[in-house]
Amino acid sequence: MSGYAKPLPRLDDANAPFWASAKAHALNLQQCDDCGTLRFPATRHCAACGSAKSGWAAVSGRGTVESWCRFHQVYFEGFGEDVPYTVVVVRLEEGPRLFSNLIGAPADGIDIGLAVEAYYDDVTPEVTLVKFKPAGRAGGALGGDGG
Amino acid sequence: MPKRSLSRAYAVAGVGTTRYGKLPEYDAYDLGVWALQDALDDAGLTLSDIDGLIVNRIADYQRFGEIVGLDPRYVTITPGQGRFSGHCIETAVAVLEAGLAEVVALVYGNDGRTAGDRYGGASDLYGSGGAGLWFPYGMTSPGAFHALMAQRHMSLYGTTSDQMGLVAKTFRDHAALNPAAVMRERYTLADYHRSRWIVEPLHLFDYCLINDGGVAMIVTSTERARDMKAKPVAIAGFGMASELAGSTFPPDDFWHGAGSAVARDAYEMAGIGPPEMDGLMIYDNFTPTVLFCLEAFGYAPVGESGPWVEDGNLTLDGGPYPANTSGGHLSESYMQGWALNVEAVRQLRGDCDERQIEGAEHIQYMTLAPMVTSIVYGVDAP
Repeated sequence: MSGYAKPLPRLDDANAPFWASAKAHALNLQQCDDCGTLRFPATRHCAACGSAKSGWAAVSGRGTVESWCRFHQVYFEGFGEDVPYTVVVVRLEEGPRLFSNLIGAPADGIDIGLAVEAYYDDVTPEVTLVKFKPAGRAGGALGGDGG
Repeated sequence: MPKRSLSRAYAVAGVGTTRYGKLPEYDAYDLGVWALQDALDDAGLTLSDIDGLIVNRIADYQRFGEIVGLDPRYVTITPGQGRFSGHCIETAVAVLEAGLAEVVALVYGNDGRTAGDRYGGASDLYGSGGAGLWFPYGMTSPGAFHALMAQRHMSLYGTTSDQMGLVAKTFRDHAALNPAAVMRERYTLADYHRSRWIVEPLHLFDYCLINDGGVAMIVTSTERARDMKAKPVAIAGFGMASELAGSTFPPDDFWHGAGSAVARDAYEMAGIGPPEMDGLMIYDNFTPTVLFCLEAFGYAPVGESGPWVEDGNLTLDGGPYPANTSGGHLSESYMQGWALNVEAVRQLRGDCDERQIEGAEHIQYMTLAPMVTSIVYGVDAP
């Protein structure tokens, strides 16, 4: 998909396993080997117990919307044609939170607590973004809000 | 909590401010020097009286000392974030109490307008998880972070755009009475709603200004301050707390946990609480922060700050808690808390002319962010 103009994630930093899982249409987060606490973004040490031993574990991709906002200001060139676009904070069932976009967001607003599930958006041959859609909806024919 | 014995033991002996606006002929160092000279003059001191220096936002304390020709015993520098203004003032008291200095100058310089500071976008790592992790989703800027908090507050408690607009309008009405304010033209709630969305639910008028300016304060023992030129304003109480864990994301509790802990400590140290306050200086980076502050610091019940503002509590026009009488960050000047602390001092000295809170004896400064501070100022009564 040449000409993709939006910012892309770095694929070579500590978060690489997250992006690799997304490319496989799954969602993996970092997990402490000692206390089991899940975390993201990646850090060397666990904020719950201080351990430096960690791996990556699959999570459900299900969660709820904690809040949302709608960008009208263009901060990144590639979003110029998408404004207004929606950013959500999703709290996953397993605890960690993510900033993301909600596909198929109702135009008149989003209910806090809305149940959502991961939607994998292959934006380039290398990069898949983990977005969300209202839980229980089919993935194929959703109208994007450009998010 | 801070020691109660420190209550009123230290005071603001001088305050200094530059002009505010676009000042392209000055850099942040120049603005700091300008403000410092103004504060020294206010206190009737010279540079040789200063043996402690706390620098904020100015890039390099060493360069600043070189420029003004100062070799302080104690010197430190803090990050250029607004949450550090209250922190620096509290630190000054700790430094004085420890005997590391006798007279501390606090100096802030901000040339953000001239330097073309922009918030949001590739150069802004606020809330980005480091290195722009969330940029692919278009997530960026402190404004968006606070928009997310505002939306959650609206959904949970029914807070409205009108209520946020009223905060902005109230502070603009106050700025109209302040000749030093950058934005002085009054507007209506309809004008507020016509101001463009930046990150919905926040309009342009919910955002603070970006402008150049400098602020300085001189803090010393109240006893020493009484021998100086200006009327001392006592530091009656303060507190500090943080919510750093998980702070990449907006806090579920609107920072109520840290805020209420700071409130408890500051009130206990000062020996007074909200009923005794005559005015409020609230860190207004965005209008919703003002609402969250009112709840965390015990002025409005949780979830009810919006209607509480609608009751007119914050206005100079008869409200019990006139707030940001200078116009605050939204309308006077974006001096990252410093000018609000100076406004508290000037109010308690009775120097505020048209915007004076008659008979003001206690004023509370508060800032709500991943690091929370508050300072209760009182008229010095020897």
